[in-house]
Amino acid sequence: MSADNIKVLIAKPGLDGHDRGAKVIARGLKEAGMEVVYTGLRQTPEQIVKAAVQEDVDVIGLSILSGAHGELFPVIMDKLTESGRNDVLVLAGGTIPDDDHQKLKDIGIREIFKPGTSIGKIVDFIRQEMDE
Amino acid sequence: MDELRDYYQDWLENRLKPTVDNFGSRQEEFSTASDIELKALYTPLDTKEIDYLDKLNFPGQQPFTRGVYPTMYRSRFWTMRQYAGFGTARETNKRYRYLLDQGQTGLSVAFDLPTQIGYDSDHDLARGEVGRVGVAIDTLADMETLFDRIPLDKVSTSMTINSPAAVLLAMYVAVAEKQGVARKKLAGTVQNDILKEYIARGTYIFPPEPSLKLVTDIFEFCSQELPRWNSISISGYHIREAGSDAVQELAFTLANGIEYVKSALKIGLKVDDFAPRLSFFFNAQMNFFEEIAKFRAARRLWAEIMRDRFQAQQDKSCMLRFHTQTAGAALTAQQPENNIIRVAYQALAAALGGTQSLHTNSFDEALGLPTEKSVKIALRTQQVLAQETGIADVIDPLGGSYLIESLTEELVARARDYLAEVEELGGMAEAIKAGFVQREIQETAYEMQRDIEEQREIVVGVNKYQEEDREIGDILKVDPELEKSQRRSLEEVRSRRDDQQVTEHIETIRAAAQQEENLMYPILEAVRDYVSVGEICGVLREEFGEYQTHHF
Repeated sequence: MSADNIKVLIAKPGLDGHDRGAKVIARGLKEAGMEVVYTGLRQTPEQIVKAAVQEDVDVIGLSILSGAHGELFPVIMDKLTESGRNDVLVLAGGTIPDDDHQKLKDIGIREIFKPGTSIGKIVDFIRQEMDE
Repeated sequence: MDELRDYYQDWLENRLKPTVDNFGSRQEEFSTASDIELKALYTPLDTKEIDYLDKLNFPGQQPFTRGVYPTMYRSRFWTMRQYAGFGTARETNKRYRYLLDQGQTGLSVAFDLPTQIGYDSDHDLARGEVGRVGVAIDTLADMETLFDRIPLDKVSTSMTINSPAAVLLAMYVAVAEKQGVARKKLAGTVQNDILKEYIARGTYIFPPEPSLKLVTDIFEFCSQELPRWNSISISGYHIREAGSDAVQELAFTLANGIEYVKSALKIGLKVDDFAPRLSFFFNAQMNFFEEIAKFRAARRLWAEIMRDRFQAQQDKSCMLRFHTQTAGAALTAQQPENNIIRVAYQALAAALGGTQSLHTNSFDEALGLPTEKSVKIALRTQQVLAQETGIADVIDPLGGSYLIESLTEELVARARDYLAEVEELGGMAEAIKAGFVQREIQETAYEMQRDIEEQREIVVGVNKYQEEDREIGDILKVDPELEKSQRRSLEEVRSRRDDQQVTEHIETIRAAAQQEENLMYPILEAVRDYVSVGEICGVLREEFGEYQTHHF
């Protein structure tokens, strides 16, 4: 799949208002040729999955800095499965302690990007996953 | 000066240039983080236009460029104030007493996100968020526990709370009443800066107009009841964290300040009644000299604005007093120990810039909440700076530096250009509604990311001198059970209350909101009877509506 056909939802679950990273990534992915939709702040798992289904995206990037990922990410993954969209590539970033990474990967989050990750690396990762 | 100019030209052409031609230069051009071009050398030629008495003057004298007080740190050091809060009020109270035992001199309360957005811990949207990034406060009962055995007449307390600021301030006053502490003795700050929430921080509830009314209700209450309380902390910190540069941080913060002063005048307050209690909050980032110049430029600009534009008569109305926090965005997840060094330099810039209080970040905060150990290192960083280096022994020690003075001038000039642009858009509330401020910041944030990716900016451990990731060991864990226990305590408080009385309080608040009366007074009555943050914000949501954000 060429980057031109990849559609990404950048989503902010939880209540934190820190979306500098989300916006920078959204713009970076756009400039790499992807189509990007940004949900805005304070999205519930239900709203995120609804947007992903409606927009028919290939990728969801979850950005969270509040620490609520342990509670909210499983709900998002369950709802995606319920909607028959567990084919979507789900990635995460923000403030997510190392100790939690494996648990999140176990529920189907493909990769967790730490602060300091370059846009280039994320673009490459998405392209590679989409090719497979 | 003419003679000096000749010598300078001679040095440039016959000494500097041939050397550069031979040995090269690390970069073609040098500039600050805000893209202010830097020369190789600064001389008296760069500062000759600066009229000392008009632009700098002495500490404690307008325009306060060299400091707001005549003695600065020679009488006492800046207040060491670490922002802290997590889990329940009981756990946070323990951390506060630990910090005070370790020599911290002021408290700074971090509230969890449901509290900041006006939801009780049992609200649907609070799931997973209770006690995560701060302490969960639902009712006065939690606030009583939070300050248990902390004498409110002896400490000063800063509270990072914005939309529900009136509710939490009222609770603080109510706890003081229970401790038998007179209102006039209460010292501290309530952040109460809603405009930057729309721009950068995101914990808004209501639309701008009723929000600004709430802000000024607090101004009025403080000017009548709390003479030692800072009624607002006008915050550039979060604007910078959202990705602005130093010039934008400076300009947008002062523009927000102007908007608040205008709002207060509009409801009939007199400038010299409330202006002395306005306070500020800035970021200390990595570009050392520019940061120092930024703090000095901020003081000068604010004094000029208050004196010339708002005709403030008192010196105190023109003083820009500020808190500083080191930059969260400069913390790296890679090789986190390096952050200890970053924080130390940033803290040094804040002290050389004349801050009134300082929070130093913990080195592990890009990874999660700081541990007791990392918080202690952060506090010790300030103590070493204050007690061992001697930097606090002379007031504004970099004043008169050709570089610092010319950077200060340049920042003043660039901030003025931005202020004029905001004026043209009709002031800050309008500029935010139009998305101007948000767009400007996002643009800078994106450019900064590109600079790092293309190695025009170096971040040690991130794009240079990288190592394999390794575990750093402990980070603080918040027990997921605490959400349940917080809900149970709330339930218990609710069951003890007189429901009839609660309803009456809520209706009184509703009526006050409709009549545009000062809401602080009915809210204070309500919190005394344990009406919750969520209930009070709930009725205000019904009356004011909720802010709908747009993406720019």
